[in-house]
Amino acid sequence: MKTTIALAGNPNSGKTTLFNALTGARQHVGNYPGVTVEKKEGTCLHKGHQVHIVDLPGTYSLTAYSMEEVVTRDFLVNEKPAAVINIVDASNLERNLYLTIQFLELGIPVCIALNMMDVAQTRGVAIDIQKLSELLGIPVVPTIARSGKGKDEIIAAALEKINNSKNQPPLKVRYGDDTDHALYDITAMVETHQHLTSTYPARWVALKYIENDEQILSLGRASNPELSSRIEKLVEQLSDHLEDTLKTYPEALIADHRYGYIKSILKQGVLSYKQHHDRLYISDKIDQVVTHRFIGPLIMACVILILYQFTFTYSELPVGLFEEFFGWLGNFTNELVPDGLLKSLIVSGIIDGVGGVLGFVPLIMFMFFGISILEDSGYLARVAFMLDRVFRIFGLHGSSVMPYIISGGIAGGCAVPGVMASRTLRSPKERLATLLTVPFMNCGAKLPVFALLVAAFFSEHEAAIMFLITVISWIGALLVAKLLRSTVIKGRSTPFVMELPPYRFPTFKGLVIHTWERTWQYIKKAGTVILAISIILWAMMTFPALPAKDAREFDTQRTKLLTDMGSAQIQGDETPFSHNTPSVKNKEINADLLSVDAREAEAALKYSIAGRIGTGLETISHLAGFDWRTNIALAGGFAAKEIIVSTLGTAYSMGDVDPEETISLSEKLSKAPNWRPLTALSLILFVMFYSPCFVSVVCIAKEAGSWKWGAFSILFNTLLAFVISALVFQVGSLMGF
Amino acid sequence: MTVLNMRKMKKNQSGTIAAVRANGELGRRIRDMGLVPGTDILIRGRAPLKDPVAIRTPSFTLTLRNSEADYIDVEVA
Repeated sequence: MKTTIALAGNPNSGKTTLFNALTGARQHVGNYPGVTVEKKEGTCLHKGHQVHIVDLPGTYSLTAYSMEEVVTRDFLVNEKPAAVINIVDASNLERNLYLTIQFLELGIPVCIALNMMDVAQTRGVAIDIQKLSELLGIPVVPTIARSGKGKDEIIAAALEKINNSKNQPPLKVRYGDDTDHALYDITAMVETHQHLTSTYPARWVALKYIENDEQILSLGRASNPELSSRIEKLVEQLSDHLEDTLKTYPEALIADHRYGYIKSILKQGVLSYKQHHDRLYISDKIDQVVTHRFIGPLIMACVILILYQFTFTYSELPVGLFEEFFGWLGNFTNELVPDGLLKSLIVSGIIDGVGGVLGFVPLIMFMFFGISILEDSGYLARVAFMLDRVFRIFGLHGSSVMPYIISGGIAGGCAVPGVMASRTLRSPKERLATLLTVPFMNCGAKLPVFALLVAAFFSEHEAAIMFLITVISWIGALLVAKLLRSTVIKGRSTPFVMELPPYRFPTFKGLVIHTWERTWQYIKKAGTVILAISIILWAMMTFPALPAKDAREFDTQRTKLLTDMGSAQIQGDETPFSHNTPSVKNKEINADLLSVDAREAEAALKYSIAGRIGTGLETISHLAGFDWRTNIALAGGFAAKEIIVSTLGTAYSMGDVDPEETISLSEKLSKAPNWRPLTALSLILFVMFYSPCFVSVVCIAKEAGSWKWGAFSILFNTLLAFVISALVFQVGSLMGF
Repeated sequence: MTVLNMRKMKKNQSGTIAAVRANGELGRRIRDMGLVPGTDILIRGRAPLKDPVAIRTPSFTLTLRNSEADYIDVEVA
């Protein structure tokens, strides 16, 4: 069996950088079962041996509040890695050792990788490594993760620790007389009853009872309710006593003593400052400008604009190449496969589906690359800092801004990378509210729909209306976020307390690995589902096929036209089958032929499942002013929003309508009897708020960790959109619009 | 020596944490980040909309909302 070594440490301690240095490309990312916390694993080659390395999520502590902490703790006690490499930021020793102490109390074999020694040295911090190692009783190896320095030594130290380890006894920190006394009694009770001791050390269980640890409390109640309640009573007594005498809580007292223990170690000559200059000098100077009251927001607006441009402009070339390739593949298949259902399935179902999946890949790559730069450099934390006041009003978090912008907060984004960008939020409730509301933003695929309707009905105020649409979508998204946070995702906001890490230059290797693993996850996890759904949607718009009688009717019309054309060619003096100079008569017949095709497509669409649903829904949808044609188009929009335009084209017998070239369709709509500006307004609002396209839905489900939320976003959004549209349409009608 | 609530501290004012009165999740988060009695802090500034507040300890910078700073008492010179 391969040796497993876990990497653990504070966020921003260089843990992931060390992981990348150790494993290089031999890594893969998954999820811990049931939660959305990323699980990174890899292999490291050390002197011909393969070592399995697990990169645990970054945590400050081992309490059981955040998902990251629960995952880390569960992994350590259940999977029992042979050793833990604890990455400790040398320039921030005190706070980093707080986690180390908790590992030692848990009695697991730990080695310290004392990282960023170079930074510490330039900041004038001197650390006596030998002394630190002696006092803690564990190996300490200096590393510089960015350059990979010390990576062989730390693995060697960990392996040596594994070989020599004579079951290191758990560290015992003193917590003051009262607490120690209670701790002693409870430990004895735990030991006599073997309470949870198969997984945890006895003293640790006792300590967690005193710390009021939710996970241990519920495990304890389940395994031995009687003993558990006796222990809880003791803890309550201690708690009351501490409150009376010291005005403090047990968990606060324990934290204070842990820090006291660390201070006592550091004071024994481990830590000394060579010169007393400000050690965060550069970061502070940058922050004075970057988070300045007036300049800060300006810089932020520029950075956000640049990120937006970067994601959507530079990805145009690869997106175009993908489109061209799949277009070519479609045409190629078109010629190769005989007409019929199989061809339709391959071209419209599979190739379009795969093309649809991969079409998002460049967008996601560019977005994650850009976000990774902001995240790794430390700027993203500043954005959260500056905007938190605004987003907090709506029950969100300062970091919510990036997902919103990317999804189309600046019109023209895309909800798929937007939903994925919500990963940068560490607060679970705020994150869920963000990813459920970002699809309300105006993504690039909704824009052609708006453009079509605005051109048809509001052409005089085009720019103003488009701006208004953006504003409405922001207001709508934020209000819905507020609504969700006070109903289905109710609860106090997650504490904001957050580190503003020192500014750093991101490493290129880190950026590439980061971007690639997230993109690959999208392809792997979302890809298969998206392909399956696109085939289902194809089937819904294709089956059942027109009855043979109706199809024959169109065929007869076509045959008749073709015969006419044949006779026209014979009558004319031109060379038969000349495509260069068709007669005027032939041009007309060609146009008629196309119109027969278009009418057949319309009839087929109306006859299909999607068409029947559309027709069936007419009784309700007329409340919002939509007829069956609009309904089918909206159903098609579930596949991708730009399909609304082309489906509307088919439903109005226009043949193929290019979403970019819709002048003829908008003319047709503006003249259609059941269309007026109010109908267009109602439709614009509906398109803005109704169900996200299914690719977004799949991403929402994957990111939220449950299909329940995917279904929620389809149903809730559609209902919301319908209520808004129907209200606007009915009130508007009453007012005579 | 006076004890001041962290929310009331001005930019660039420094002091030593006297008490953290929060328990539960917030209390734990604050302590996990190293804000325990005895820690020296400096108010580095506030966000453009006056909230949250950014504070400096000798070795790192962190930010918390004013509503969270309410639970922290600081002894100022």
